[in-house]
Amino acid sequence: MLVYIIRRVFQSALVLFLMSLLVFVGVYAIGNPIDILISAQADQKDIEAATAALGLDKPLWSQYLLFLKGAASGDLGRSFAFNVPAIQLIFERMPATLELALVAMVMAVGLGIPLGLLAGLKPNSWVGKLIMTGSILGFSLPTFWVGLLLIMVFAVQLGWLPSNGRGPTTNLFGVPVSFLTLEGLQFLLLPALNLALYKLSLIIRLTRAGTQEALLQDYVKFARAKGLSATRVVGVHVLKNIMIPIVTVIGLEFGSVIAFAIVTESIFAWPGMGKLIIDAIAVLDRPVIVAYLLVIVTIFILINLVVDLVYSLLDPRVRLSEAKG
Amino acid sequence: MMAPAPTTIETPWQRLRRDFLASRLAVFGLILLALVIFVALCAPLISMQNPYDLKQVSIEDSRMAPGSTLSTGKIALLGTDEQGRDLLSAIFYGLRISLMVGVASTFFAMLIGLSVGLFAAYAGGRTDSAIMRLVDIQLSFPAILIALILLAVLGQGIDKTIFALITVQWAYYARTVRGAALAERQKEYMEAARVLALPTSRMIFRHLLPNCLPPLIVIATVQVAHAIALEATLSYLGIGVPVTEPSLGMLIRNGFEYMLSGKYWISFYPGVALLITIVAINLVADQLRDVLNPRLQK
Repeated sequence: MLVYIIRRVFQSALVLFLMSLLVFVGVYAIGNPIDILISAQADQKDIEAATAALGLDKPLWSQYLLFLKGAASGDLGRSFAFNVPAIQLIFERMPATLELALVAMVMAVGLGIPLGLLAGLKPNSWVGKLIMTGSILGFSLPTFWVGLLLIMVFAVQLGWLPSNGRGPTTNLFGVPVSFLTLEGLQFLLLPALNLALYKLSLIIRLTRAGTQEALLQDYVKFARAKGLSATRVVGVHVLKNIMIPIVTVIGLEFGSVIAFAIVTESIFAWPGMGKLIIDAIAVLDRPVIVAYLLVIVTIFILINLVVDLVYSLLDPRVRLSEAKG
Repeated sequence: MMAPAPTTIETPWQRLRRDFLASRLAVFGLILLALVIFVALCAPLISMQNPYDLKQVSIEDSRMAPGSTLSTGKIALLGTDEQGRDLLSAIFYGLRISLMVGVASTFFAMLIGLSVGLFAAYAGGRTDSAIMRLVDIQLSFPAILIALILLAVLGQGIDKTIFALITVQWAYYARTVRGAALAERQKEYMEAARVLALPTSRMIFRHLLPNCLPPLIVIATVQVAHAIALEATLSYLGIGVPVTEPSLGMLIRNGFEYMLSGKYWISFYPGVALLITIVAINLVADQLRDVLNPRLQK
């Protein structure tokens, strides 16, 4: 087990290193940062001085080492647009994204499991068919267009909910959150629903498939034969057994929810990391782009690592096959 | 070669066609898809104006509601956008770009994935596990994130968007082809080909490859829909195709700011066109998956 963990951690570090190399070469070597950093009136002498000051006259590998050294101490450069350290900007925006992603995930699970159970128990009723049609739509519709529809209906036509920004926040252990006040919740509802829809469809399908399979199993027949109530059969025997794949998917999909938050945040002007990166790309704020990419890649590698480790704890077969390969 | 049997025997193509046409929903999807492709190919012939020819567009007509009469006397069925372009014409032209990007990127991704997958399956050993580890790592990141990283680095452009979409997609094909190739290699017909001492290239391209195609075709169909949706998303975010060559996603982006003032049609109708395209492809792909799946054949 220890060997597996060490191997896996080492592998994650390698991926992170490769990604940092890729991002660095991409952002700093392909484009020329000087063009953006220096005013158009600068003469040749100014350009040379600035190039030397930024270390851009050094060979690429030594630039990369300098960049790594800075990155290791948390210094990824200052944002051109905001003139604060890029990494600080990312960390300021991170709670908004995490809150949005968490609420979306809770919505997807909270609605998806009951709806999926219903569709699985009554697959041929109109309710079951309606739920499945809805989930197919949820897969087919692009997230950003659903977001636009939500704004069109609930914010513009009906005027029920705000569609722009985060609204008031309250501090919870020093972290600003929206979900504690009614007004904050109003701001949170539409973007979270938008972000939740795709995962909701996924969880509905998983739960439905799992339920239909479980209903045919002997332990369910036995539970019924014992004369247990239908609620107990479904609530305890079926639900417990279909939770394993669902929990796995929740873990794996959390990262992709954070990634898709880029789209939702841009539509609803939600002040998270995703909106920050899109704005940074628009104004070519290179330090922020690099910092965001490194942070998001790190988050992903951590999530994958944790999911793999938890998996290997739950299922010894994973460990064994990995150790052999 | 055996002599043809006296009774008529269905060729694989005939069986495929019969199975496919068995689902009414799939036929509907196919008709819809044919219509979308027709519109995209013939956009210049059936559009009422060329929305990018400045002589045909008048700024006086900007943001008119659906059904309005333009200064040229023509009627804009779906209204006009902020520059006075007929929205229906703009959608026809946008569909061209969306479909072109989706199909081109899927095709090249399939070509690359196919080669890499076959190579890995044939090379085996360390080469194989190194390639597959790379595929695993790439697939552990969501497609949108990888496309975003690439486009953040490369900048906007149709060619760059296609490149990003190829990079995002190739790994699926590589994994599928490798799996299929490894399974097919064990079968008797491949053994027969080896016994006959056929050249490797003939063994791969005439015997192995055709048998790996069915799962590949299914994935490719689904992936075209994914690629179109992803391209629309990237263009909506302003990092995909440039303003000068607007795809459906770009049209939706252009109309977004007017949506809040109630001028919904500039964003709404391009979105409907996008939705029709994606749903049509998905309906066809669903049926193809059932038809080409040998396990479901009775």
